[in-house]
Amino acid sequence: MSHSGEIVCNDIGKVFSTGKVALSSVDLTIPANGIFALIGRNGAGKTTLTRILSTLLEPTTGKATIDGLDVMADAKELRERMSVVPQEGRTVQWMTPIQSVSSYLLWRGMSYRDSRIKAEETLAKVGLGNIQNKLNRTLSGGMKRKVLVAMVIASDAEFIFLDEPSTGLDPISRQELWHLMTDLSRDRFIFLTTHYLEEAEMVADRIGILDDGKLLALGSLDELRQKIKHQYSLKVPKGVDLPAVEGKVLARKDGQLQIMTTQEEALRLSRILIERKSQFSLTPINLDDIFSDVVGGVPMNGDGVDG
Amino acid sequence: MMRRTGRQLLASIMVNAIYEMKNYPVVLLNTVLAPLSFLTLIWFVSHGTLLGPAIIGGLIMTMFSAGTSLQADLSHLKNDFKLQDMVVSSPTSASTYVLGIAISELIYNLPAILILSILFYLFVPVTILQLTGIVIVMIFVFITSVSLGFALATLSSDIVQSFAFTRLLTTLFSTLAPVYYPITYIPLPYRYLAYLSPTTYAAQIAQNLSGALVSSTNELVIDWVVLICLTSVFLWIGISKSRWREK
Repeated sequence: MSHSGEIVCNDIGKVFSTGKVALSSVDLTIPANGIFALIGRNGAGKTTLTRILSTLLEPTTGKATIDGLDVMADAKELRERMSVVPQEGRTVQWMTPIQSVSSYLLWRGMSYRDSRIKAEETLAKVGLGNIQNKLNRTLSGGMKRKVLVAMVIASDAEFIFLDEPSTGLDPISRQELWHLMTDLSRDRFIFLTTHYLEEAEMVADRIGILDDGKLLALGSLDELRQKIKHQYSLKVPKGVDLPAVEGKVLARKDGQLQIMTTQEEALRLSRILIERKSQFSLTPINLDDIFSDVVGGVPMNGDGVDG
Repeated sequence: MMRRTGRQLLASIMVNAIYEMKNYPVVLLNTVLAPLSFLTLIWFVSHGTLLGPAIIGGLIMTMFSAGTSLQADLSHLKNDFKLQDMVVSSPTSASTYVLGIAISELIYNLPAILILSILFYLFVPVTILQLTGIVIVMIFVFITSVSLGFALATLSSDIVQSFAFTRLLTTLFSTLAPVYYPITYIPLPYRYLAYLSPTTYAAQIAQNLSGALVSSTNELVIDWVVLICLTSVFLWIGISKSRWREK
């Protein structure tokens, strides 16, 4: 068995018994290190691909391997090395954090004594040491999520799948989770799905954009920027007299005009706006802009555009 | 390998029984209530004459509802907490997980089993051989209900549906079926309906072994054959219908 150190999907397709096509011929090759974020709108197929890779769901077509191991044929071997926090995963309400983590470790084959020690260590590491004996149902949403993440951290699994782990979390809990993931990714591979683009931008080494079951783009944030024609975003308040521009002009919901354009055009416009003493901001495009461009619709985040 | 499987069984038992009993002690009372209520009712109504069959009925009901509870618990852990996904993608196998949850159901019902066993010891005089037969019958009842519960757990997609299935099965197979009293108490046209339930055959064998019901050798053989066949069928359904990795 050769260990490729990669996650490979060849022509992965999934059609459910209802006839719904969830994935269409997904091809993907990424190194199994760092953090890979799969982004897409609700129903894009993120969870389906995650479930196939984490040996929870059979694909209809194609083959997927992790470090050279087939997710179908070598599932038993892979399950020794992977750990999953499913979408909408919840802590069991009648258990405490330490009971949750140690039980999961028992399922992974650790002894009772070792599982308790490891659970205690891990909960302290993620900042839940002081509430390890409280019932899960009394914890905040952020703490419950952290308990689930503590379960996979404690497992020492090499490949960790986190399906929308930050959904519903407040900004502070979300940032704490990002720190945990970044810390974790130093020696493990994290496959993350999210529809928070700033999350992917903040933590991911590589990003995949999935829409309607198809993988539309793949690469680091810089690589994705390179693939886009308009790499700069210039924002001006509405009402500013603009010269003729070469690029895409969007009216944002916050009342500003956004011009997505090339570097040269952005510089030309900047000079004109400076001469006119107009307010403006110029930034490289962010993931929201890339997503919008690739998917061909409105950006996913709340400060979207009207047209 | 054996030690590892033991740890995985322990995890299911801890999650589905020990921690719940430890953190919510009121559930201990809950498991005892249903079988003892029926037992008391039958005891009072029969002026004590049906105490023996009622104790056996309580044991059958406890074993059967332990199995059908597995259905609701598996569904709860799978659909509400998504815990089963975490277990599927771990080194634990489907059979180890289900066996662990099945054992946890017995442990969860241990207070009822203990009280009924003490009552059985005090009020139902049997030989070792008869006792062995009754224990085997109880094991068959448990396997049947566990298999049925496991198959249904894969079909139900939410907890409301699962709890409805559990109540339905428990009522049909351990309350309406003649497990607390001999089948001869049911008027003839309705008696045939009772034969649709596997627990009827289990109760007839156990009542016969305890001396509460007199059956011919032929009837007893038929009861055993039907019970074994039904258990095998339910076991086959449970194994063939269950899914670990989803399709």
